[in-house]
Amino acid sequence: MSRYKRRLFTDNLMQVVATGLAVIALALLAWILVTLFAKGFHSLSVNTFTQPMDAPAGSSGLANAIVGSLIMVALATVVAAPIGVMAGTYLSEIGGNTKLANSIRFINDVLLSAPSILIGLFVYNIAVKPFHGFSGIAGVMALGIVILPVVVRATEDMLRLVPGSLREAAFALGAPQWKVITDVMWRAARAGIVTGMLLALARAAGETAPLIFSSSGAQAWTFNLTKQMSNLPVTIYQYAQEPAQDKVDLAWAGALIITLGVLLLNISSRAVLAGTGRK
Amino acid sequence: MTLETMADGPEGAATLSGPGRSLTSSRGAKVDIAFRFALYASGILVLVVIGAIMVQLFFGGLPALLAFGFEFFTSTEWDPVSDQYGAGVMLYGTLVTSVLALLFSVPASLGIAFFLTEVAPIPTRKPIGIAVQLLAAVPSIIYGMWGFFVVAPIMKEYVQPILIDGLSWLPVIGYIFAGPAKGTGIFTTSLILALMILPFMTSMYVEVLESVPGVIKEASYGVGSTTWEVFTTVSVPYGRTAIIGATMLGLGRALGETMAVAFVVGNAARISTSIFASGATISSQLANNFNESLPGSLLQASLLELGFALFVISFLVLALARYLVRSRLQG
Repeated sequence: MSRYKRRLFTDNLMQVVATGLAVIALALLAWILVTLFAKGFHSLSVNTFTQPMDAPAGSSGLANAIVGSLIMVALATVVAAPIGVMAGTYLSEIGGNTKLANSIRFINDVLLSAPSILIGLFVYNIAVKPFHGFSGIAGVMALGIVILPVVVRATEDMLRLVPGSLREAAFALGAPQWKVITDVMWRAARAGIVTGMLLALARAAGETAPLIFSSSGAQAWTFNLTKQMSNLPVTIYQYAQEPAQDKVDLAWAGALIITLGVLLLNISSRAVLAGTGRK
Repeated sequence: MTLETMADGPEGAATLSGPGRSLTSSRGAKVDIAFRFALYASGILVLVVIGAIMVQLFFGGLPALLAFGFEFFTSTEWDPVSDQYGAGVMLYGTLVTSVLALLFSVPASLGIAFFLTEVAPIPTRKPIGIAVQLLAAVPSIIYGMWGFFVVAPIMKEYVQPILIDGLSWLPVIGYIFAGPAKGTGIFTTSLILALMILPFMTSMYVEVLESVPGVIKEASYGVGSTTWEVFTTVSVPYGRTAIIGATMLGLGRALGETMAVAFVVGNAARISTSIFASGATISSQLANNFNESLPGSLLQASLLELGFALFVISFLVLALARYLVRSRLQG
């Protein structure tokens, strides 16, 4: 084979290999989803959404775990998202390139990728051990720490996309900084910030590791935040290891619910951003 | 009336109507200071959180470090009955699974990035990119269940027997591929980890490759390079630093991944030369044992020390990754 032909051959081969790899990746995603539907869908029933886990065998569902998860994720978002938005705003609007802002940025990136199980250990040390028991509050703290860095990063990135002339125009009208930020900057970056929050929420909803040592799980309805609190990820983790098939089935049903929820949040967050015409 | 007197005077002194009044009143100035302080405090809180995590893990694990000394990190003994603990097995498991995962996912991610930036028809690039990113959004516990119930049986029935039959007779290398085929274990864990970090690394690679200036790629095409040659001799070398950084970020994720690993690693506190054997990683050991440990016990201190070790390793890897990624993408 001539050198030229060999080069063309290599090029074609690598293009085919690359295409094949992409196809495999997509096929794996499809495989995971198909598995979830195949194993989870048939155990979904009205009971899954209305009955708690400790209901009599045969009619037990995941309602308490779903509600527990919703409560904790919602509270964590309510607590952590505003702090995240303000910290992100600090980085973009006040901190600039100062040493402090750069170290916060660095630490935030580390927190963003840090193993989430360490967040669980940390919350155990400060909120479970001192009070002698797992609690919903500890779970909320753990999820809050998961959410915080995602929102900080998204807020800073989105505020940086706002044209500087907009900020300058507002200042030129004599507006004080807090007005410029709340009325102009946040408004201009609103879609991006909301997207960041949705992505953070989606991440928190699927997190299991930080919850095992903080809220732990429970079989019954739980509305008391100072006690152990049932939630979907820990339930899936525990039930998937049970020998009883009906519990494994419920774990698959929970896995399907959580995956669809998380993917839906991801897709809708993209839609929010696309709706504003930004990529 | 000057602006100063307006700002200093009582509320009513500012006679401008509309929003202009509140903008320059002393209340406005106070709000501004309070607002800036709130932003500043929120920023500081991020530092406080990670500082607190580090301090808590350090002091939580200190009793184990005092009891066993630095041998804690090399000892392979983990025996709750005689209260002897060492991190050797978990450190080994964490590093081996993560490095193997990188071995699988770096070529695959680069290939997909090549496909997404050069090969795929332009209208299909974005949808495929999004689909790959959705892989990253799937919670890790789902990968764990899928790995345990679907992948592990396939590995046990088909893949591992073939590899064991084909490779275990070789000298030296044979030990790595020694049986028996269990399905779960280090090898399956690495594959699942590779799949989990693949979408993340792919999108980072794509971002890096898209930042390569079109001009230098065109220059290479102009002297007759093929698409693959432009990719390997221009695009990848140009983004080399950031690509290494992105790979380190992927490594950071693999090191700390917990739920998927806890399902498929097999949870055996011993080191085996075979990659098909069961093992344990720091995170899986924590997930499986922490709730059984009593507050104040040496077991719990040892687990916290494991956590501290994981924190330090992740921190160093992530710090290096960030340095490499930022220096290229922003420079």
